[in-house]
Amino acid sequence: MLEIKNLSARIGDKEILRGVDLLVPDGEIHAVMGPNGAGKSTLSYVLAGRDGYEVTGGGAIYNGHDLLAMPPEARAAAGVFLAFQYPVELPGVGNANFIRTALNAVRRARAEPELDAVAFLKLARAALKSLSMQDDMLKRNVNVGFSGGEKKRNEVLQMALLQPGLAILDETDSGLDIDALKIVADGVNAQRGLKFSALVITHYQRLLDYIVPDAVHVLAEGRIVKSGGPELALALEAHGYAGLAA
Amino acid sequence: MSAAVETRDTMGALAAAKYKYGFTTEIAMEAFPKGLNEEIVRLISSKKDEPEWLLAWRLKAFAQWQKMAEPQWARVQHPPIDYDNLYYYAAPSGPAPKSLDEVDPSLLEMYEKLGIPLNERAALAGVESPTVAVDAVFDSVSVATTFRETLAKSGVIFCPISEAVRTHPELVREYLGSVVPAGDNFFAALNSAVFSDGSFVFIPRGVRCPMELSTYFRINARNTGQFERTLIVAEAGASVSYLEGCTAPMRDENQLHAAVVELVALDDAKIKYSTVQNWYPGDADGKGGIYNFVTKRGACRGRNSKISWTQVETGSAITWKYPSCILQGDGSVGEFYSVALTHHHQQADTGTKMIHIGKNTTSTIISKGISAGQSNNTYRGLVKIMPGASGARNFTQCDSLLIGDECGAHTVPYIESRNASAKVEHEATTSKIAEDQLFYCRARGLSEEDAVGLIVNGFCKDVLKELPMEFAVEAQKLLSVSLEGSVG
Ligand SMILES: Nc1ncnc2c1ncn2[C@@H]1O[C@H](COP(=O)(O)OP(=O)(O)OP(=O)(O)O)[C@@H](O)[C@H]1O
Ligand SMILES: [Mg+2]
Repeated sequence: MLEIKNLSARIGDKEILRGVDLLVPDGEIHAVMGPNGAGKSTLSYVLAGRDGYEVTGGGAIYNGHDLLAMPPEARAAAGVFLAFQYPVELPGVGNANFIRTALNAVRRARAEPELDAVAFLKLARAALKSLSMQDDMLKRNVNVGFSGGEKKRNEVLQMALLQPGLAILDETDSGLDIDALKIVADGVNAQRGLKFSALVITHYQRLLDYIVPDAVHVLAEGRIVKSGGPELALALEAHGYAGLAA
Repeated sequence: MSAAVETRDTMGALAAAKYKYGFTTEIAMEAFPKGLNEEIVRLISSKKDEPEWLLAWRLKAFAQWQKMAEPQWARVQHPPIDYDNLYYYAAPSGPAPKSLDEVDPSLLEMYEKLGIPLNERAALAGVESPTVAVDAVFDSVSVATTFRETLAKSGVIFCPISEAVRTHPELVREYLGSVVPAGDNFFAALNSAVFSDGSFVFIPRGVRCPMELSTYFRINARNTGQFERTLIVAEAGASVSYLEGCTAPMRDENQLHAAVVELVALDDAKIKYSTVQNWYPGDADGKGGIYNFVTKRGACRGRNSKISWTQVETGSAITWKYPSCILQGDGSVGEFYSVALTHHHQQADTGTKMIHIGKNTTSTIISKGISAGQSNNTYRGLVKIMPGASGARNFTQCDSLLIGDECGAHTVPYIESRNASAKVEHEATTSKIAEDQLFYCRARGLSEEDAVGLIVNGFCKDVLKELPMEFAVEAQKLLSVSLEGSVG
């Protein structure tokens, strides 16, 4: 379970998160929606451990781990995965090598045996296939020259291979064509299970037709201002955030 | 005349140190007295049973050296070197081993520890056939050269240069100093006067060397300079891939390594020369480490010949080194692929010279400089197109990567073109490891150091892929290890 309590954070002297409260039980998928600049990505970065944010209050506990006290790699080892809104390019670093290095780092931290290149490739090929992706995705350098959609799919591929307990998907649907959207949704749905939970950040109700959330939250001005079931997303789609005033 | 020098463990904290080659080997040594004078030059020559012509050559070089001064143009700084406070010759005592069986077991053990296979039988018994022959140079002498007989079957000569002087004097005499003249520069002159050992490689006409050749240089003795000399000749149509590796113990004082490497490629010959240089870089405060002042030059004498330098330089307190190509033969090709990594207080001033003389000669320069800590890393390169070099082409790419903000990266390209039909292209970039790249890796579970290692290896990929496979893996590890403690 992810338990975010009264979380406040700022960058420099700019207050961005102003007391976020959120509970995501294991096995559930929660959607987070909200206007541009509301603090959705900031929340995902603070949870994943990016430098540059000053947490001014509150906390986040995931399965007993005090996330905010851990370096990012320890959070990853504890099962937290962030699919970036803007995946980062790593010139000269092969994608297969990158994902395998990450997977083995996480496996080491969990005292699981590391995978050699052959075992990894077998796993990776299967994951690619289930995500309808080309094998050459593995040979290319991490995100270098990838189209917007390919970058997002690469995030989902990494998620599929790293098998996190908590996935935070930051606008993974943005920039995807309709077929890709379904594939990505299938990728997330395939992870569903008692030990998997997800925070799905999105601007579009459409994604939630494919990944049906257990709850929908609206983040505005650094707070969760409304929570509800899937129907909340439909209402937002119809009326926008303007009609939400407390 | 010779004094016994015992090598001892110098630093108590060896086990804790990151430089894993920093141990010393205890072995009875003999050394000539400290200091440099004509007498020492004569002693070295007579110790090696050299012919009169070579002694004369050394003495002439010594006389030239005495009139020269250390070069001042490089962007490096060090206290003055006291050339009279160095040993110029140190070697395991006793007669030279005639075969591997006679090599001192503690030496074999040391090479084992360094990961250098000196045992042919072990390799032969293995599943894979051996692909690398090794010449092992310990301080001032070669202690073993493997697979010489296998190589001899195809006519390849691979032996210590001191031995080649006796067994193939005509070849040595023809080529020694023909690429780097004795008086070329201060350090080359010093080397010519006192060089002690190194490798000699001769690939006869039309022969493709059946295995990788490599020389492993180890400095062990204290206060001792290593002045090795390597000469590689590939006759028409011949080809060879050669690799050198270097390590030294950790010591508080600086040690001098002034080598000369000469390559000669005749018509259609190809020489690929790779270096993984990991001399002791000094400690985190800049104390100790090797002064690596090296002259490397290749002559593409024949038509369509090719010389390719690949270097991964992670060690040494100071590196001063410009592996160069003289592109004399029409259509000849010169390449320089370099990774130079500096950390802590290391200084590197390295690059290349491509001298285009023949028609339609081409050269490629790819240089990747990585600076961390308080280090300084300079690329210095010259592309010179002579009037006769119609149709010459050069492409240069110089990239610098900075880790932290106390280090420096400098690019000093010189271009002199005296032929209007020549085309010279130069690209340069300087970047920092981006915070978002580090975070992306860490969010996937990589430690900060592993993330830096991965990003740096990616940055160097275009160079690393030029290394022979088995060394590329080693070089990758070396880059990561050398950067430990550079972030956070
Ligand atoms: N490094 C930064 N420096 C200053 N302000 C920042 C920084 N990063 C984010 N912000 C500001 O914080 C606010 C929240 O940004 P964030 O990226 O979290 O919004 P978001 O909800 O993800 O928006 P979007 O829907 O557009 O992705 C914005 O006003 C943004 O400009
Ligand atoms: Mg965002």
